[in-house]
Amino acid sequence: MSENFRLDKGGLINRDKKISFTFNGKKYFGYEGDTLASALLANGVHLVGRSFKYHRPRGFFGAGVDEPYAIVQMNRNNEVDPNVRATEQELFEGLEAKSVNCWPNVDFDIGAINNFLNKFFPAGFYYKTFMWPKSFWYKIYEPIIRKAAGFGSASIKHDKERYEHKYEYCDLLIAGSGPSGLASAYSAAQNGARVILAEDKSRFGGSLLTSEVTIGNQNGKEWAEKIISELKSMPNVVVKNRSQVFGYYDHNMLVMSERVSDHLPKTDKYIPKQRLWYIRAKEVVISSGSIERPLVFGNNDAPGVMLSSAAKEYLKVYGVIVGKKPIIFTNNDSGYETAIEFKKNGIDPIILDTRKEANSEIIKEAKELNINIKFSYVVVAAKGYKKVHSADIAKISDDKKNISNIENIKCDCICVSGFWTPTIHLASQSGNKTKFNEEIDAFIPSQSKQKETTLGAANGVFTLEETLKTSFEKGSELSKQITNKENKVSVPTVIEKKSSNHDKFWCVPLPEGKNYKRFLDFQNDVAVSDIELALREGYRSIEHVKRYTTLGMATDQGRTSNLNGLQLVSDIENKVVPQVGHTTFRPPYSPVSIGAIVGREIGKHSKPTRKSPMHNWHEKNNAVFVDAGVWLRPRYYKKGNENLFEASKREAKNVRQNVGVCDVTTLGKIDIKGPDAAEFLNRVYTNAWLKLPVGKARYGVMLREDGIVMDDGTTTRISENHYHMTTTTAQAANVLSHLEYYLQLVWPELNVNVVSSTEQWAGAAIAGPKSREVLKKLFPDLDVSSDGLPFMGYVEGNLFGVNAKIFRISFSGELAYEVNVESDYGNFMWEKIMEIGEEFNIQPYGTEALSTLRIEMGHVAGSELDGRTIPYDNSLEGLVSKKKDFIGKRSLSKSAYVAEDRQKVVGVVPLDKKTSIPEGSYIVKDAKAKLPNPKLGHVSASCWSVEYDNPFSLAIIKDGKNMIGQKLFAMSPLKNKTIPVEIVSSHYVDPKGERVRS
Amino acid sequence: MLYIKCPHCGLRPQTEFSYGGDATVKRPELNKEVSDQDWDNFVYLRKSPRGKHLELWQHISGCRQWIKVERDTLTHEIFTTLKANENI
Ligand SMILES: [Zn+2]
Repeated sequence: MSENFRLDKGGLINRDKKISFTFNGKKYFGYEGDTLASALLANGVHLVGRSFKYHRPRGFFGAGVDEPYAIVQMNRNNEVDPNVRATEQELFEGLEAKSVNCWPNVDFDIGAINNFLNKFFPAGFYYKTFMWPKSFWYKIYEPIIRKAAGFGSASIKHDKERYEHKYEYCDLLIAGSGPSGLASAYSAAQNGARVILAEDKSRFGGSLLTSEVTIGNQNGKEWAEKIISELKSMPNVVVKNRSQVFGYYDHNMLVMSERVSDHLPKTDKYIPKQRLWYIRAKEVVISSGSIERPLVFGNNDAPGVMLSSAAKEYLKVYGVIVGKKPIIFTNNDSGYETAIEFKKNGIDPIILDTRKEANSEIIKEAKELNINIKFSYVVVAAKGYKKVHSADIAKISDDKKNISNIENIKCDCICVSGFWTPTIHLASQSGNKTKFNEEIDAFIPSQSKQKETTLGAANGVFTLEETLKTSFEKGSELSKQITNKENKVSVPTVIEKKSSNHDKFWCVPLPEGKNYKRFLDFQNDVAVSDIELALREGYRSIEHVKRYTTLGMATDQGRTSNLNGLQLVSDIENKVVPQVGHTTFRPPYSPVSIGAIVGREIGKHSKPTRKSPMHNWHEKNNAVFVDAGVWLRPRYYKKGNENLFEASKREAKNVRQNVGVCDVTTLGKIDIKGPDAAEFLNRVYTNAWLKLPVGKARYGVMLREDGIVMDDGTTTRISENHYHMTTTTAQAANVLSHLEYYLQLVWPELNVNVVSSTEQWAGAAIAGPKSREVLKKLFPDLDVSSDGLPFMGYVEGNLFGVNAKIFRISFSGELAYEVNVESDYGNFMWEKIMEIGEEFNIQPYGTEALSTLRIEMGHVAGSELDGRTIPYDNSLEGLVSKKKDFIGKRSLSKSAYVAEDRQKVVGVVPLDKKTSIPEGSYIVKDAKAKLPNPKLGHVSASCWSVEYDNPFSLAIIKDGKNMIGQKLFAMSPLKNKTIPVEIVSSHYVDPKGERVRS
Repeated sequence: MLYIKCPHCGLRPQTEFSYGGDATVKRPELNKEVSDQDWDNFVYLRKSPRGKHLELWQHISGCRQWIKVERDTLTHEIFTTLKANENI
């Protein structure tokens, strides 16, 4: 198709730069500055898609965010981008787009059969049709609907594009750069306020780009350019185009999506595709303008029917005429402005005005241009399936109830104007209770809930003079409160043509015997008949009508359909619109890509990765890492072809036989200081702490107030009023908050300070019968004999010039020490340990061996302290003081907690001594019992005992204390295993604990 | 996202805080007899009011102080914020 709808001159496009693009596989040309929509219209392409429900042919209805159906699927730089409005997508060289909602293609769409079967697709059709038979849903209905519906198909590939988040603070955020946005931004900026001015489109100026007005001695567009360039030069102003403020959240937090690179063929290096701005504004100016309202008549969805404002924008901004035989169908003066533009460019429009008569400067100008104007006339129905070719028009009676003199006239487009709807979405999102304005038949903001002010057309003010005056004033007033500065701005004189009153008429009655579909919601295919049906079926609340008919849903959020829908409901119900009320506006105003919402928080960036100072050493020595909370810990060190099982067995065995070293840096550490520290610990832990001497460590268990074990660990008295507490890796942050809670809120009289010191210390656990030999050589000056440094003892030492804390504590059940040095010396310490330990066959061991060692010793850990168990369950009741009170103690006397058959931790060994028991298995009495088989408990942790060379597990089971010696079954339905087992003591190795004291 | 005025640090975004529940709950004193009912009330039972609610937040990524926030649970309006030792 040749480019025959582009004017020879005019518009804001760059005619020096021709651009090629493809739509549905066909190549076209446009210009730099075009949108996909304007370029297609310039090529005479009106058919862009199929409608959502009936698959009726659809064209362009708007020219920007108002577009309900020209939605395409983009293919940009090998990435798929569904749900893109052709009216918003800027043209770039090589752009590829295709229609959605049609299969196999836009010209022949099988789904269009829905249109001829439309009596089967009434309001609520999803609810009615696809409910029966139930079995049909998954296999038949759902896949067909999936194929037929939706606004494009998302890619299942990883999105390689880059998205960013930005946090910003400002005095005034101004959403929209039309006259009210520019004026308020300008006067606020003059007062020194920090201003962010956001414009959704690529061009600033809003309605000034298309209206015939004079401001000062410039036309609207020139004035807008001047203001923008001045604002851009001011250091306190940020001016952003292609940026839509789409959500107004709590406490004046607004979110804006900036389409940084969508208008380019590909995203440059180090630049995001899109950027999401989280803006906390002191004041918000909503200058989002208004959207033209459609008039409702038969087949008003046919390609070629569009908003008159859109036709004007295509003409004035893009130099494109949407038709050569236009009908302008209007109930107000706006349609005349479009007609005048056509006429000035050599096209003869015909105006059908629903009003009986009207007089204004604009109408006078149209008359002087000899434009054919028919008052009391309406379009009854558009004719033409894939493109309008004519219209049935008729005279309408003064009471607007009857039509007569129906005739068919040729046309190739119908531009409709049903007056204007202020865009109040942001105000409504902020909690503004909107009110209905009878004069303009629309809702406008009323009482602000947050710090928001709506100006200009968004506030129902449709004259430029008043808009500029109030906006300059408001911008100045709002900013003055913040900056305490006032630089008066003089309001320029405005010349604009005065309008006459609009007609409240909006819906053309059906002619006798005709059953045309008259659409209200173009995106969701909701027609007048659907709303009528919903009301007949008893739906009353507008929120219910919306959900039943889908009126005002989906990506277009009722921008063009809302008010006409409300009008219809009120007409049928004999109510007025404010009684019916509008549905709730919710963010986002228009679709935001998931990529932008996620930002950079993907993959490894979704959480921080913490590494110990010895990480590089582990890496060099073939460590295989595992995520432990946010930490990376060595799981095992691979030697040759070893697998996890073989390596961990080797490492654990070496600890039992010789000596091993494990990186325990990740353990939570809390520094506790103050004269009341002992008293505080005594309240926090279940056991007694008042008499712990300096230089000694003690194992402690802390509870929540509900009696459940919160965490365990050792705490060491470093000096009189100074303690070093350790927590499990996972609970470190929670324990600190817990301690702070009690110190700050419950017992503020205690003089104690706590601070996290996790990252200050690197830790190495040296464990095994030969660990003392290693320690002797590490600290030759120290007496590390059993008397010099007994079990649970603490000393400070000098590790080749580095201060070290040495704790004789053990998690492995062997003779063991934990050495801490300042983090920066961690690697030094580790290398020294490896060097000195070599002659004792030292080997590093990872978390897998660590688990094996603690499980066969019966030491409980996270898998037993799982937030559901009390001290007794973990055989820790010996640590629960009967004498003193502590956090959670009162809960321990609850009847369930003291029940005779209370659950308790036990050991589990398979009878065949071969089969490993999957963690999570149930312990049951009878493997063949009827389902559901009553379970006694579950297997919490499993290992291969290196001491006995057979599998061993821990389990927490009902009446555990009386179960020792019983033959039961471990069942894992997930692994499909039933394993006969014997219950044994949880202390499988060294039950008397002699090794740790050796 | 809420904007919470930490009495120690000033206005900070909600992401710096963690929620701590009803600030009016008083822990029974240590070493005192507590009935089952009173203890259960303290441990488990919380009101879930619609409207004004005095609650605890901890400025976890800031000064780490526990603070009291009087907030409307329906509108999220924050009326006042207090230090741990202050009362309305
Ligand atoms: Zn703070």
